[in-house]
Amino acid sequence: MKKHLIAAVLFIFLAVTAFSAPAADGEKVTAVTGARIVTVSGADIPRGTILIRGGRIEAVGADVAVPEGAEIIDASGLTAYPGMIDAYSSLGLVEISGVAATVDTRETGRINPQVRSLEAVRYDSMHIPIARSNGITAALVAPSGGVISGQSCLLGLDGWTHRDMVLKSPAFLHIELPGIPRRGAFAARFAAEPRETTEKILEELKGLFDGARHYRKRRQEAAGNFLLPHPQFDETYEALLPIIDGAVPVMISVQAEKDILAAIRFVKEQNLRAVFFGAHQAWKAADAVKDSGIPVVLRSLYDMPPVWEDGYDALYRNPVVLHQAGVKIAFSSSSASVAKDLPYHAAKAAAFGLDPAEALKAVTLNTAEILGLGNVLGSLDPGKRADIVLADGDILELGTKIERVFIAGRETDLSNRYTELLEKFRRDR
Amino acid sequence: MRHTRPRLHTIALAAILAAAFLPAALPADGGDLLIKNGTLLTVTGGVIPRGDILIQGGIIRRIGEKIDPPPGIRVVDASGKYVMPGIIDSHTHIALAGTNEGTEAIVPEVDMADVVHADDISILTALSGGVTMVHTMHGSANPIGGRNVTLKTKWGRPSEDLVVHEATPTLKFALGENVKQSARAAIAGLPRRYPATRMGVNAIIRRELSKARDYMARWERYERLRASKNPPRHLVPPRKDLAMEVLADLLRGKIAARCHTYQATETVEFLELSREFGFKIAAFEHAWEAYKIADELAAAGVGLSVFADSWAYKMEAAEGIAPMAAYCTQRGVLVSINSDSGERIRRLFNDAGKMVKYGLSPDDALRLITINPAIQMGVDRIAGSLEVGKHGDIAVFNEHPMSAYARCDMTIIEGRIYFDREQVLKDRELEAEKERAGKTTGGVR
Repeated sequence: MKKHLIAAVLFIFLAVTAFSAPAADGEKVTAVTGARIVTVSGADIPRGTILIRGGRIEAVGADVAVPEGAEIIDASGLTAYPGMIDAYSSLGLVEISGVAATVDTRETGRINPQVRSLEAVRYDSMHIPIARSNGITAALVAPSGGVISGQSCLLGLDGWTHRDMVLKSPAFLHIELPGIPRRGAFAARFAAEPRETTEKILEELKGLFDGARHYRKRRQEAAGNFLLPHPQFDETYEALLPIIDGAVPVMISVQAEKDILAAIRFVKEQNLRAVFFGAHQAWKAADAVKDSGIPVVLRSLYDMPPVWEDGYDALYRNPVVLHQAGVKIAFSSSSASVAKDLPYHAAKAAAFGLDPAEALKAVTLNTAEILGLGNVLGSLDPGKRADIVLADGDILELGTKIERVFIAGRETDLSNRYTELLEKFRRDR
Repeated sequence: MRHTRPRLHTIALAAILAAAFLPAALPADGGDLLIKNGTLLTVTGGVIPRGDILIQGGIIRRIGEKIDPPPGIRVVDASGKYVMPGIIDSHTHIALAGTNEGTEAIVPEVDMADVVHADDISILTALSGGVTMVHTMHGSANPIGGRNVTLKTKWGRPSEDLVVHEATPTLKFALGENVKQSARAAIAGLPRRYPATRMGVNAIIRRELSKARDYMARWERYERLRASKNPPRHLVPPRKDLAMEVLADLLRGKIAARCHTYQATETVEFLELSREFGFKIAAFEHAWEAYKIADELAAAGVGLSVFADSWAYKMEAAEGIAPMAAYCTQRGVLVSINSDSGERIRRLFNDAGKMVKYGLSPDDALRLITINPAIQMGVDRIAGSLEVGKHGDIAVFNEHPMSAYARCDMTIIEGRIYFDREQVLKDRELEAEKERAGKTTGGVR
């Protein structure tokens, strides 16, 4: 009875949350005119036109000819940006973090390479329209927890179903190495739990990867020789094969300096395509990270330094130091309910020394490149998907209002749970 | 901590004695400081594009242009910087050696002033975000929790020096999921505590306040008889009850309620309780559905102490909306934005800045973390704005504090510098040099 009640309540409020209805566009031509254009890849254009055809950007410039019959979007006084990309979120996997029935981020057990976030993501999540209305047009949806959390997907934030929204799946296989133990009120409570060491986990992963290689070899040999026993299907090994082959990259959650150095060695030994996630102490090993060529997706900056001696501003400074060392960085919300705050993480790093243009890059073009879609997303350039945000000011600034959002060339509805509830209950009109 | 209580009494006594001779708002140990050439965001008196602030004895003595430094005074050059009153967090749990006495439903006898923990690193964290004063509270495990305490974030000073005695004494109430222990209910076999429904929560509060009324009546009767011409020969005083004493003070108006609430229904019902029993509500906490009843709150003159946009973390927070603080302000409700967190406390200015997006001017957004919480806490006579006569509690930012690019560079309490980013960087560099030379000392911030 109680379950039904919860389900009914959930249904009602989820039903309130709108998602915009995309239309079939074909070769529709749209011209966004009069906007200040921040291309991200090149110089800003003080006043120009973006031509959109068939969902893609056809031309960008100060004097782009607008073809006859094109729909004109007058963006005078507004600034056009490429849509922002959240490099790590739980959008669509969590509705209400405290209600277990609405949480699908973490599978039981430690080793779950077989699970795919795409197959569980709630495309009509109430959090997606909120993120979208703040200028975020794509997000990595990542499982978490355990040692191998599963496979993430990259979604464009508009579509009738999640299958319409897929930009890439699997995007990454997610591996989580132990974090830095925190001191403080809760430390004692967890002290009794045995902690797994990074070295041990890397050994275990190596064993799994070797096992997968051996498994494939035996399967191949058995296929060519009927005298050999055919190894049984193994979902763990099967899911690891694309990783071993480099077809799918890994995103490794790793925080402590020594763990980062160990992870770099592991990635090299195993010849993996890798991205680091979190990397709280990467600034201490910035040159090693740079030399490894491994990019870094930063975790939410709404956090304390793991070790006070790192400095009160260690998490704010981390992206600054990494960028200076030449590491490619991207910001993430690491959230569903405040995924909308992605631009403010970038601005926070800018407040502590990151060049604002680089901060913007780290929520657009860098992210696209790190997620393997640098030729599709992340800047306002001909040939790219027309994910365009029109804002009344600096897109990273708190007071800026997002006026219009286009995803794959389609204008998207900016109403969301906030606006709908306020409209429903406000008494000032 | 055992020694804190008597010392507090001593301090309070000393304060009362001192009050007879000194202006009410004079801090015990105030510093002298001249802040020059900053953009002054006074909050109550507009913006002064380029101005100076003179603090003497911990008090703002002058605000204006080109104030000549008195001899020997320390001068802070705030050229190109924004100077605002110290940020006030109306709802936190920092600097406490305990938060929840959750074993019983009703614990008003508990007092957070007994467990002030001056060594909590969160005080430094708060300072690094420009926070100079906090209303640090009992948790939300009980329909009637303990009393709260207002502190200044004077890192390095003993507990008793932190307490702000001018603040309104407050008592924590809590409604909804936390007190009916919804999360525990899901775990089979755990014993349940009364109340386990919102009906029970209201009923138990009404029961306790009714008992307090009886208690007061018993004492009044006793005092009356005792003072009468012919007191009864064997007049026995009523039994002293420390919990009832606190509730009696609430009913007498000496203590104000701060009530943790989420749903509109329970919030309205608590307003009804306050009318039924005639006690004062200083603010509703969190109150994620308050936008539905903004007009009722405005009419009742009850304020809100809320998050900017931390929501959807439990069922009763699932109808929170980020525009709430802005909308309720526009409807005439006194709103403050709180942190409720040892981390969020250092970016309260960011949370306030978010309300610019939802329609407040930067000046009005600034009020959400300065004068508004000051009014709610009863400290607006000494803090919450840059005004002559108020305490010299000040935060200095590199950019306008309502900008996403803002960074706190300096935090001053009563004319003394408690956080100086430049100094932190210098110390850090010095420490790094020592480390390179193989002489580590540790303890770097």
